[in-house]
Amino acid sequence: MAAADLATTSLRELNAALHRLAPDSADLHWRVLNPRGEHAIAAGLTAPVTVEIDGHVGYYCAGMNQRARVVVHGNAGQGVAENMMSGEVRVEGDASQSAGASGCGGLLVIDGNAAARCGISMKGIDIVVKGSVGHLSAFMAQAGNLVVLGDGGDALGDSIYEARLYVRGSVKSLGADCIAKPLRDQHKGEVHRLLDAAGLGNQVDVADFHRYGSARRLYHFHIDNVGSY
Amino acid sequence: MSAPLDRWIHTPPRKSATFDDHAIAEIRRAAATGIYDIRGAGAKRKLPHFDDLLFLGASVSRYPLEGYREKCLTEVTIGTRHAKKPITLKIPITIAGMSFGSLSAQAKEALGRGASAVGTSTTTGDGGMTAEERAHSTALVYQVLPSRYGMNPDDLRRADAIEVVVGQGAKPGGGGMLLGQKITQRVAEMRVLPEGIDQRSACRHPDWTGPDDLEIKIRELREITDWEKPIYVKVGASRPYYDIALAVKAGADAIVLDGMQGGTAATQDVFIEHVGIPTLAAIRPAAQALQDLGMHRKVQLIVSGGIRNGADVAKCLALGADAVSIGTAALIALGDNDPHLEEEYRALGTTAGAYDDWHEGRDPAGITTQDPVLAARLDPVTAGRKLANFLSVLTLETQTIARACGKSHIHNLEPEDLVALTVEAAAMARVPLAGTDWIPGVNTYAR
Repeated sequence: MAAADLATTSLRELNAALHRLAPDSADLHWRVLNPRGEHAIAAGLTAPVTVEIDGHVGYYCAGMNQRARVVVHGNAGQGVAENMMSGEVRVEGDASQSAGASGCGGLLVIDGNAAARCGISMKGIDIVVKGSVGHLSAFMAQAGNLVVLGDGGDALGDSIYEARLYVRGSVKSLGADCIAKPLRDQHKGEVHRLLDAAGLGNQVDVADFHRYGSARRLYHFHIDNVGSY
Repeated sequence: MSAPLDRWIHTPPRKSATFDDHAIAEIRRAAATGIYDIRGAGAKRKLPHFDDLLFLGASVSRYPLEGYREKCLTEVTIGTRHAKKPITLKIPITIAGMSFGSLSAQAKEALGRGASAVGTSTTTGDGGMTAEERAHSTALVYQVLPSRYGMNPDDLRRADAIEVVVGQGAKPGGGGMLLGQKITQRVAEMRVLPEGIDQRSACRHPDWTGPDDLEIKIRELREITDWEKPIYVKVGASRPYYDIALAVKAGADAIVLDGMQGGTAATQDVFIEHVGIPTLAAIRPAAQALQDLGMHRKVQLIVSGGIRNGADVAKCLALGADAVSIGTAALIALGDNDPHLEEEYRALGTTAGAYDDWHEGRDPAGITTQDPVLAARLDPVTAGRKLANFLSVLTLETQTIARACGKSHIHNLEPEDLVALTVEAAAMARVPLAGTDWIPGVNTYAR
């Protein structure tokens, strides 16, 4: 396993080394020591490398990730896995706001809570939050799945498009055009698949979840709906 | 015989300057529909503009350059502050960001062809990068917008520069809108949206909210692209001194400053006409911010919004810009609002030169449309050649003025070369009222 100590190695050197990795590189398992809240750690990865980060990270950890698996053994700052395309990012602690923002693919797992705007503008990413999510999560969410084992905050799914939201606990309020929908077998299967991928296996009963999605009333601007905004 | 006095009994009809024909028509339109007017393009009302400035030219105290003999260089390099690979443009005129979606693929290709032919850059827009524009653009700036539609790290790496869009002159503080008529299957797939819906673009970025965040965001983009690409920050002109200072602080290599005459694909008319400030008023505060920070010419300033000819280009440069960007003028060069389409414009309830319902996707010129039949009307090769011609003329005109002012490089133009025709323009551009030494707000009028 390769290691990089950010107490002695610069972020630039670390990211450049990770960017140089090819799919068949010998060192496809890295450990990053002393992250000390540094921003943009392991951002822009393209190789199928596993990067384990021992500690807390700042903004945009694993931003725009492609194919890599990034594990944060700590908390993550703003915009973790933003615009992720593929691969997997796992935060063992809590995540700050905008986790998985505009993500297009891959899986983001947050073992703790996620703050405001989790999954904002998501475009195909799957997000599993084992705790709760803050206000305006899944704002303008276009595609993908957000699974929340705890509670949802205010204005969940505001102006949502085609993303699917699953919340096991309560939701403080739903945003514009976001409504509760029936949890059918296909949705239970989807939640089960995502929980399995998040390492929860059969520990959680998928029937406990509530599904939310778009009412599609605001897909075409109409003056009669102006009060919804 | 004198005229009968009874002809003066009734006062002649007098229309209100306040409630003019346009205001009255808009009241009636609003009363009939219950919704605000949405349109494309930039501010249409009369504003203090570059026509309110004049160059002084050379005289006894200034030495001109021979127009057909002596060189006047036009090359501009952008991204010298931090980027490993700055881009060098042969001319100081670039093509502004306009999306595939708002524009047809043919129009985007034509913009790339025209810009590349004269050695300058073009810019993507909301919705991502198309293969056509990448293939036909030798220098392509990739926009990172609040919506992140089509945002792809592979395209980020394929770009020659990156532009973080905070706002645009037509609507500082506003998001975008693309009505369902233009959300075709291809546009919908690029934006991950259902086909045919009215698409909204966010007005704020999803993962940063202020200047300190922006600094970290820019650093992330640099890390992802290994510090190779110049990173621009684009702002709509509203508080230029502070916005430019904050963009510099955030680490921008270049700043795009877009005045309220700058166009948009679609926004509320009230937004276009009443939010933001004119381009003329924005440049000097922006340049001042750069000078105060010791960053003038180190962080390049690119100005856009209502630039029509080489005189406008030269005036922007003299006021402190490093380059300019054109959008509306480029579309006109491609064939937008051409009088030969007058019959079709009339069928749409408008006239050539006034057509601005770009959001409806029925552009007879094939530019602001996704209708395959209409879009096929635009030949990218011919349209690209027309744009290249126009860019060449802008450059020649700029050089003509620069030489007349004795400048061997267009960047040597300076405010001292300018005077203003109106008190307002003098105050905004911070140059003297013509024939005086008076710069309102800077010194007092002395006879």
